[in-house]
Amino acid sequence: MNGKQAVVSDRRNPLKVAQGLGSSHSGVHHWWVQRLTAAALVGLGIWFVVLVLSLLGADFADARAAVARPWNALLMVAFLVAMFWHAALGLQVIIEDYVHTRWREVLALAAMYFLAFLGAFAAVLAVLRIALTP
Amino acid sequence: MAGTRRPLSPHIQIYRWQAQMVSSVLHRATGIALAVGTLVVICGLLALASGEDRFDAFRRLVGSPLGTLLMLGWTWSLFYHLCNGIRHLVQDGGAGYRISQFVRSSWMSVIGSIVLTIVVWAYVFTAGGAA
Repeated sequence: MNGKQAVVSDRRNPLKVAQGLGSSHSGVHHWWVQRLTAAALVGLGIWFVVLVLSLLGADFADARAAVARPWNALLMVAFLVAMFWHAALGLQVIIEDYVHTRWREVLALAAMYFLAFLGAFAAVLAVLRIALTP
Repeated sequence: MAGTRRPLSPHIQIYRWQAQMVSSVLHRATGIALAVGTLVVICGLLALASGEDRFDAFRRLVGSPLGTLLMLGWTWSLFYHLCNGIRHLVQDGGAGYRISQFVRSSWMSVIGSIVLTIVVWAYVFTAGGAA
């Protein structure tokens, strides 16, 4: 009797409670990845600024050699992945907040994610070319 | 607003501006600016991968007066989003929720980002120009 009352007052299917995915059907995944990439970008963002500043007076060959260094290439790819991922998650929230017509919202989200992936792939490929070709 | 007849809550224009509001709006605005700024990162890396001519053209563009102005704006956007992002991470941990702390940390984000931007650009100009 007590158990039944508890279920009725909760008004949720027990399976929904057990899965813990909520009304978004994805739980806190978006929120959590946004924080995770943010934390990564605190370190990687500062590293990127320092790298750019260290290359202020450098010519083409020096700049290319700096990015081609194994640690720099690795951190650059990590920076790019975290940056585009974080940017896409943030832009998604902005589109969801301000675009109120469903088909426009879906279209904007799809276009934004296509562009984010395209940008990320182009930038990572460029780093690989710099790092892997002499 | 199209496609819905539900009543909407009062929007920002009816509120008196406060530091917490400014810091929140700026976080979104700088986030959008930085998302657009990723184009510069892509172009820089593609130019560096393509060869010396492309890279020099990229540097001339970034070093031009308009390019320098945009880079200045992006530098501040980056540092503001960084400072305020750290503030949000601290708040996600459950700290700093008293109104006085909220206002103070908002100002710390704004002032911290301006100080960091000045430090970086002082270095850029003493090192001999943006490019």
